[in-house]
Amino acid sequence: MNIHEYQAKEILAEYGVKIAEGGLAYSVVEATQRAREIDGDVWVVKAQIHSGARGKAGGIKICRTHAEVEKAAEELLGKNLVTNQTGPAGKTCSRLYIEAGTSIAKEMYLSFMIDRTSERVIMVGSAQGGMEIEKLAETNPEAIIKIYIEPAVGLQDFQARKMAFALNIDTAQLNHAIKTIKGCYRTLRDLDANILEINPLVLTTNNEIIALDAKMAFDENALFRRHKIAELRDNSQVDSREVAAAEVGLSYVGLDGDIGCMINGAGLAMATMDMIKLAGGEPANFLDVGGGASAERTEKAFRLVLADANVKAMLVNIFAGINRCDWIAEGVVHAVKNIDMKVPLVVRLSGTNVEEGRRIIADSGLPIITADTLADAAEKVVRARNEVVAKEG
Amino acid sequence: MAILINEKTRIIVQGFTGKIGTFHAQEMIGYGSNVVGGVTPGKGGQTHLGLPVFNTVKEAVDQVGAEASIVFVPPAFAADSIMEAADAGIKYCVSITDGIPTQDMMTVKNFLRRFPKNNRMLLTGPNCAGTISPGRAMLGIMPGHIYIRGNVGIVGRSGTLGYEAADQMRLLDIGISTSVGIGGDPIPGSSHRDILERLEEDPETKVALMIGEIGGPQEVEAGRFAKENMTKPLIAYIAGLTAPQGRRMGHAGAIISSAGESAAEKVAILKELGVTICPTPSMMGQTVAEVLAKMQ
Repeated sequence: MNIHEYQAKEILAEYGVKIAEGGLAYSVVEATQRAREIDGDVWVVKAQIHSGARGKAGGIKICRTHAEVEKAAEELLGKNLVTNQTGPAGKTCSRLYIEAGTSIAKEMYLSFMIDRTSERVIMVGSAQGGMEIEKLAETNPEAIIKIYIEPAVGLQDFQARKMAFALNIDTAQLNHAIKTIKGCYRTLRDLDANILEINPLVLTTNNEIIALDAKMAFDENALFRRHKIAELRDNSQVDSREVAAAEVGLSYVGLDGDIGCMINGAGLAMATMDMIKLAGGEPANFLDVGGGASAERTEKAFRLVLADANVKAMLVNIFAGINRCDWIAEGVVHAVKNIDMKVPLVVRLSGTNVEEGRRIIADSGLPIITADTLADAAEKVVRARNEVVAKEG
Repeated sequence: MAILINEKTRIIVQGFTGKIGTFHAQEMIGYGSNVVGGVTPGKGGQTHLGLPVFNTVKEAVDQVGAEASIVFVPPAFAADSIMEAADAGIKYCVSITDGIPTQDMMTVKNFLRRFPKNNRMLLTGPNCAGTISPGRAMLGIMPGHIYIRGNVGIVGRSGTLGYEAADQMRLLDIGISTSVGIGGDPIPGSSHRDILERLEEDPETKVALMIGEIGGPQEVEAGRFAKENMTKPLIAYIAGLTAPQGRRMGHAGAIISSAGESAAEKVAILKELGVTICPTPSMMGQTVAEVLAKMQ
């Protein structure tokens, strides 16, 4: 789960990481009020969307007067920002963070994440901050330092020192840097974050070390014990189809194609989408309906898939293990009868009680296209989709 | 032979008396697995499904000689149950539980590393369908009847996609020595490579099929291992050609977050390492059949 920059900064401040003075605004009036509350003669108006690279997309404005803050707020509130991380649909800005301008002497990079190879937390830093770390890794990998942290003992002072020296921190700011580095690590560990990235971490001309930007992503599986973090969820930043799916406990990812999918199991779902693509189609979504697909759950899944106006044909692919094909078939028949389905439906059942399941579909008298194998199912749904498109002309 | 489990393996169920534990214990017993009891803290001394219930895993090891365990404990408590099994001397543990926090798994793996390698519990999962040595024993939640006994070893991250592979093979009359689900989490108990090491040593296994997906370094690591250390052919299918970057596809671990983690990149690297690639998920059975035919 992702959170906003201002939320990440509030958390970091609690862990002793210094941030610039700032305040949140939902309206233009609030934005200018925040600017008046902050001393100084430069303010930065920052669009709060769940994405990095906001500057290039015009989401960060440097202002020298309150009138400029007002103008920037007017422009950014409600604006849809497209960055290289949001996808073509972009994300809508409905919150602004107004921050005191920072006089930067030096930009650095600092991040912590759970590394899947070493199965440890890895601390990554570079004295060259401000640019995307992926790009730096390509152009100048020697400028990146990585330190692995033993889970049982946690981040040690010598490791924090090593990082601070690698960031070319002056001896005068060493203790402050260590406090910042350790605060970030504790945040990640205490709150079950998967990623914590400060880019840039800056040294100001007043010799202060502050987190000028902050990105955090949390482990969804740990939210049951991180209630305060769970409350930071902002559904306006998530595909509305995925929000609706989460509400009924289904795992859904919206995509750009037009063949709706309902499958049990994440791996089989990905494989089925691959088959659709190989057959010449494009999936509209990933949807794992899970193991215990009851009639009620099946109907909810159908409604979710068909709520996407792009869907021109739908494929159901179920491999019944613990489940039974006859139960699934009954659920599908029930759902099709209850929902006014306007697009063709292809159903492929396999596994436990498959004959019984196929008989229920056949006896229903509904216009359901059945398929025996994965390849057969993908070909049939792509054909059905093409016929719909041809008719639409 | 087969690997990890056979008809003699003495199995206990952690989370035995719960609804899910009860259902799958019955299924495993029905399949012929040697289930000797279970653990539910606070219910020790009771009898469930005609078998003894213990308060701790240690009691089960001491009193009924438990060697393997299967964990159905809810996510908040699962890591603790796995570490209890390791501490009690269980040799092999399958964790079915889906939704264990990643940092909990980091703790589990760190705990397991404290044991010397020859005395360390093997863990597969979490978030997997378990392990089956067809015709001998099932330590999992899969539909046992789709697996027939034979010489192909399978390791895979996904449950239902593993069923799909087993079913395609059954229709071609190809049997399986052992099929191991390693689960869809970012920090798995065992990797593809860990299981391939065992399949390589198993005299009954002639070829290995790896069913991978997007995200993480595992499949490439396994491919490197196969090139350097395996005499048996390795066949692979990687799911997720259509998966977009940065989006989690159901499994907690199925997310493309850095270079080399997409399906296309993994396939290209594996091909270079000499791994036979199943071009589509509907050709897993057929590709295995072709490799087996070439060996004769």
